Amino acid sequence: MNKLALLVPLFPLIGFLVNGLGRKSLSKSAISVIGCGAILASFAISVMLFFDVKTNGGTVTTLFSFISADSFQVPFAFQIDQLSVIFLLIITGIGFLIHLYSSAYMHEEEPQHFGRYFAYLNLFVFSMLLLVMGANYVIMFIGWEGVGLCSYLLIGFWFKNDNYNYAAKKAFVMNRIGDLGFLLAVFWLLFKLGSASYSDVFANVSNLSSGDITAITILLFVGAMGKSAQIPLYTWLPDAMAGPTPVSALIHAATMVTAGIYMIARSNILYTMAPATQTLVAIVGLATAIFAATIALKQNDIKKVLAYSTVSQLGYMFLGLGVGAYTGAVFHVMTHAFFKALLFLGAGSVIHAMHHEQDIRRMGGLRRYMPITHITFLLACLAIAGIPPFSGFFSKDEILTAAYTQNPLYYYIGVAGALMTAFYMFRLYALTFLGGFRGTHEQEHHLHESPWQMTLPLIVLAVLSTLGGFLGIPEVFAADAHSLDHFLQPIFAESTRLAEHQHLGTSQEWLMMGGTTLAIVIVILLAVRRYRNYRAAETENTGVSKLLEHKWYVDELYDALIVNPLNALAGFFKNIVEKSGIDGLVNGAGRLVGYGSRQLRLLQSGQVGNYILVMVLAMVVFILIWFNDQNIMRFISKIF
Amino acid sequence: MSVTEILFFFLSALAVFSAVMVLVSKSPVHSVLWLIAVFFAISGHYVLLNAQFLAIVNLIVYAGAIMVLFLFVIMLMNLNAETEPQKHMWMKLAGVISGGCLLIILVSMVRQAVDLPGKTALMKEGNIGLIGNLGKALFSDYVVPFEITSVLFLSAMVGAVVIGKKE
Amino acid sequence: MPIQYYIYLCLTLFTIGIVGVLTRRNAIIVFMCIELMLNAVNLLLVAFSKMHHGAALVKDATSSVGIEGQLFVFFIMVVAAAEVSVGLAIIVMLYRNTHSVDINFLNRLKN
Repeated sequence: MNKLALLVPLFPLIGFLVNGLGRKSLSKSAISVIGCGAILASFAISVMLFFDVKTNGGTVTTLFSFISADSFQVPFAFQIDQLSVIFLLIITGIGFLIHLYSSAYMHEEEPQHFGRYFAYLNLFVFSMLLLVMGANYVIMFIGWEGVGLCSYLLIGFWFKNDNYNYAAKKAFVMNRIGDLGFLLAVFWLLFKLGSASYSDVFANVSNLSSGDITAITILLFVGAMGKSAQIPLYTWLPDAMAGPTPVSALIHAATMVTAGIYMIARSNILYTMAPATQTLVAIVGLATAIFAATIALKQNDIKKVLAYSTVSQLGYMFLGLGVGAYTGAVFHVMTHAFFKALLFLGAGSVIHAMHHEQDIRRMGGLRRYMPITHITFLLACLAIAGIPPFSGFFSKDEILTAAYTQNPLYYYIGVAGALMTAFYMFRLYALTFLGGFRGTHEQEHHLHESPWQMTLPLIVLAVLSTLGGFLGIPEVFAADAHSLDHFLQPIFAESTRLAEHQHLGTSQEWLMMGGTTLAIVIVILLAVRRYRNYRAAETENTGVSKLLEHKWYVDELYDALIVNPLNALAGFFKNIVEKSGIDGLVNGAGRLVGYGSRQLRLLQSGQVGNYILVMVLAMVVFILIWFNDQNIMRFISKIF
Repeated sequence: MSVTEILFFFLSALAVFSAVMVLVSKSPVHSVLWLIAVFFAISGHYVLLNAQFLAIVNLIVYAGAIMVLFLFVIMLMNLNAETEPQKHMWMKLAGVISGGCLLIILVSMVRQAVDLPGKTALMKEGNIGLIGNLGKALFSDYVVPFEITSVLFLSAMVGAVVIGKKE
Repeated sequence: MPIQYYIYLCLTLFTIGIVGVLTRRNAIIVFMCIELMLNAVNLLLVAFSKMHHGAALVKDATSSVGIEGQLFVFFIMVVAAAEVSVGLAIIVMLYRNTHSVDINFLNRLKN
């Protein structure tokens, strides 16, 4: 069973190689079969691994020694345990659905680009699998970088548009900033413990001083900030909408952004032992959740709204990690993967039908034309808003309850964010699917339901979004019903032991759930009522609305504070230091050699007489040097 | 001052004067004639040193054969003072100065040599320069090099023919 | 005769040869100057030969020490004769090609 784990990343890698190398010769259908088949095979093996882990527990498989220097060893090893197998299922399962969806969505591309697209997708999944399966931080870092690379490639997939390239670069640079933190943390661990393997690190964590742990965890968290788009490194994620919509779904649901969550959940022992970092994580997560939610309220691009909602939901996950609800965070990753993939794929379906129109103000009334998309999208909105019994309710509730036990203030802010989530999601829903159609006649004429490759994933994901929450039923409803918690028990056992947990009274928990749900329902009704018969107002937004519409001017702030000074500095170096300084030096060296050789060449005149003259003079000089004697000098001075 | 010394200085002066005249003569034919004078002076030195065989060989080979060859070539090419190519004045000066420097350096080296004073070259006496003794040495100890010189001559002859022949 | 006198004489002749090589452009004159230098060295060899012979005669009346020097001169003359024949052949060919014996025309290896 151990060796089976190797196949999981192997299939996407093979798919990547075949599609990448054969993109010019393979037909589109062959490419999509290979691309989807590779992920499906991985998924099948992941399911087998899941049942294996469920009965036998986790295992570590070493392939070969990756770095071997004296006593310092980094094996290339895979760790299959409860945590990684959950992520494997999410990545390969959702990944497969997205691949299937892509085969229809991207069908208008040329075969060559179609192959490139699937090659990138497979590589993306491969990197993410490597990240999740690695048994030490070094392997995780390989996957971590691979994911960053693939996101760059996919965001800039339509590389003929310069804005998209800019967005891709932005994502890459933002990720690099985070990666540096991650890398430093790994170095620190290696320096202190001499090993980066999870088992070694977690076993020897008590040997680290509290200062070390705090520093390492903060640096790791910086890495997570970049990958999982937290304040202050979140701005790349909304811009990442430049890529094709299924890519957004892949980035937001199955891969990439969940890497940060996975990494912190994996390092839960370190974080539990660093309360200061935990507080930081919770505060940053909460701030991101509320901040992104406010921005999402006023966005008009269907994908931008979803992007900010992802940032916001990721904030909730970090809040969960920060308050020690690791299971809750993983649970939310899972449910979020379901409904966010569904939302993006639904949005993709809408965009596909609207011929790449993304502005929700020009949509409306689509429920008549696209019934499957409409129903599934509605289910996803209900799930993300947190209406019981949809999946989002359970996971978000678990996080918020845990936050309440830590600090009631977290809870109230979190609930405010959840209300905003409900509002902007149903604003989006109402603008898109309710009311009358606001687009052009031509667009209306072409409206159609998407093909089965696109609707099938929507249906599957809708079922998962609806029922996925029952994996983690709170204690309040039924004792011992939280199966995910039981499954993940071995991973978080140590943290659970270290952190004291207080439980809320049953009645209080009921009260909180009831109150929140009621508030959310009211907000949803408000949103639907307000935007159902939306007419495009020509008046420009003012005050807070304008601030929100422009995303709090964060991009402009970054431009002014970081980008522009750096550009100015780069310009200075380019125009002054390089042109006159370095170029002058380099060209000067070249010119000097050229000049010297031109002068030296004149010595080679071919005139035999000159050669002999020089030869005689050289003889004189050599004799003088060889018999460097006072007598010669005395004699010479006597002559003259 | 003995007759030997007088002869030595006379021959030395003649050699140096003739050598200088080789250089300064405008006409190549004159140069050749002056060079023959130098060879005669040197042969005189050989006689003084009682190296009679070499004195005769020098006259026959150098002054006779080689210089006649030179003269023949010059006459063949019809070279005379008018067609004589002249070097630039500065080049001549540089050549003289560097040659003078070399002379000064070499002379100063000889002057400071510690084991030369008191050594003399045997004049008039000693019979190693006689043809009989040289012939014995040449055909006993040095017979192999002597035979090999014939190969050298053969190759020189072939070379001269190959180079000189018309294409 | 003190050996230094011979040395000075030979150095003078040798240097005159060098100066001739440096100052003249006529290939034949240059060639002749080279012969002059060879002869200067020949004279010096004979002088040294007699110097050693004289030193050896004092101890042994039948000694033939120093004969090698004169044999060497003999061989030098042989080689010089061969060299002159080839050298003059080259000069003749040069004259045939360039109608000149100016060594400054020989500043290129080709043509």
